[in-house]
Amino acid sequence: MAILVVLLFLAGLMVFPFLWMTVTSSLKLPQILQYPPRLVPGTDLIRNITALVQTVPFVRAFINSLFIAGVATVGQVFLCSLAGFAFAKYEFLGRETLFLLVLATMMIPATVNLIPWFIMMSWLGWTDTYQALIVPGMANAFGIFWMRQSITQAVHDEIIQAARIDGCSEIRIYTRVVVPMIRPALGALSILVFLGVWNEYLQPLIILNTVHKFTLPLILALLHNQYGTQLHLVMVGSTLATVPVLIIFFLTSRWFIRGLTAGALKG
Amino acid sequence: MKQPGTSDTFQPPKHQAITARSAVQPPNSLWYQIKRNKWPYFFISPFFVLFAIFGLFPPLFGFYLSFHQWDGLSPKRFVGLDNYIRVINDQLFWKSFTNTVGFIFLATLPMLALAIIIAFLLDSYVKRFRNFFLATYFSPMVTSSVAVTIIFGLMYGTNFGLINSGLRLLGLAPIRWLTDPLPMKVALALLLIWRYLGWNIVLYLVGLQTISHDYYDAARVDGANGVQILFRIVVPLMRPTILYTLIISIIGVLQLFGEPYLLTVGPVGGSMGGRDNALLTMAMYLYQNGFGYFRFGYAAAIAYVMFALILIMSLANLKLIGRSS
Repeated sequence: MAILVVLLFLAGLMVFPFLWMTVTSSLKLPQILQYPPRLVPGTDLIRNITALVQTVPFVRAFINSLFIAGVATVGQVFLCSLAGFAFAKYEFLGRETLFLLVLATMMIPATVNLIPWFIMMSWLGWTDTYQALIVPGMANAFGIFWMRQSITQAVHDEIIQAARIDGCSEIRIYTRVVVPMIRPALGALSILVFLGVWNEYLQPLIILNTVHKFTLPLILALLHNQYGTQLHLVMVGSTLATVPVLIIFFLTSRWFIRGLTAGALKG
Repeated sequence: MKQPGTSDTFQPPKHQAITARSAVQPPNSLWYQIKRNKWPYFFISPFFVLFAIFGLFPPLFGFYLSFHQWDGLSPKRFVGLDNYIRVINDQLFWKSFTNTVGFIFLATLPMLALAIIIAFLLDSYVKRFRNFFLATYFSPMVTSSVAVTIIFGLMYGTNFGLINSGLRLLGLAPIRWLTDPLPMKVALALLLIWRYLGWNIVLYLVGLQTISHDYYDAARVDGANGVQILFRIVVPLMRPTILYTLIISIIGVLQLFGEPYLLTVGPVGGSMGGRDNALLTMAMYLYQNGFGYFRFGYAAAIAYVMFALILIMSLANLKLIGRSS
């Protein structure tokens, strides 16, 4: 019983900032600044949202983030599962060497690549574009490692052999046999990739200059830096950026956590 | 637990059925290999084309840059080890290093200790609501670090912040969370613990599920209590997972950027790093040199010194914790 209370208290601490943020986004500016702090919802949520979208291109940023994260997720999950399948279930010359190469780059911290990545993007003329945030990330070493592990564990060689005997082409084996069998791991990888790109701050900060191309984190940072005194706008912006993600997460969490615990993270 | 590389269950080559054509060709030529294994090569090639361009080239190019002086416009000038010598003698770099390492002690270690206790409690005492607790603890991970940092920044506000209002209601003196060096560090550490605790709880829970509860039951019969089970059974058996989370967290902390950057830049703090550069991290210093001063060569050298420090710390951990297992 005491343990349950401790765990519940901790759960309260975890959600409290979100609750406070959501409540505060429905208050007028003076109500936010009052003492003692107000923890009861107000009536100005709609008015704050209207003011927010008139101040910064928030809807556009939402669509930008959705597009970048969506395309990046589909691309990464497809490429990683396809290559992971080859590494898990085929014998070919150079397999160990190539896989070791992938593992070796996993050791390199992302920050090390920051400067060269930016310079490459300017060579390609990709500064201030979305592809700079989508294409380089597709070579995700962690994703291929995870996919190889999941396919090795979840797909048995006999099934692949049986499909081959039945006349399945290698591509159909991937689409009809492998993909359905690793669905939980694919789902969890999709969510991880999507969240990573959706929440990424440093890369868009360096590469995007045009306000209309900004992603959600950049728009939030812009609000914070330029309109920081208008707390009601900052609060409603943060709420609109996080609450949809939180709702989707809670709806899929059961499945997501199963996917996380089923796959490669048994390091 | 499975180690990468030991889990393969490979059969002999499956494409030997196609031997009609192969008889004509020398069996060891590269072309023969490619032809015989055309499907796996076809499957990995899109990944590897991108990987060669965007995964392999950048670190090599960064290493090359670190021996040059370059502002991005004028021609590169080869300077040998000068950049590295300057980094080693750069007071501000070492300030950013000690700040960053400080967060291993202020944030990482308490967080991991808390995570293993919570995971143990969830594993042995909670059955019905385990998924609810896990999802709740994990939820800060799924939100944007920018939004979360802004919210914490507002809660930490000196005059109108929620936390100081709470302290005031309790009759305590307000703390200047965003301007005094030590409170700034504590504020950032609390934010980091809040954000990444759930992730580590999930990792530990995965590890705990591989430990048979028979051990706990046997220990209980021998009169051990929960605390003893935690320290005598769980922690020793979880050593590989603990090592893994420790290294992953350290790599993460050493690259810390968004949270300290946003806590100190902006309407309240003003300058990056805050007063006395108390929150200046290595990644922020790299960013400042690269994109603030356009010292690309110097920033690349900072990146490689960072990389070396990360490697040294990971190896030290391996030696320290992996030693007796």
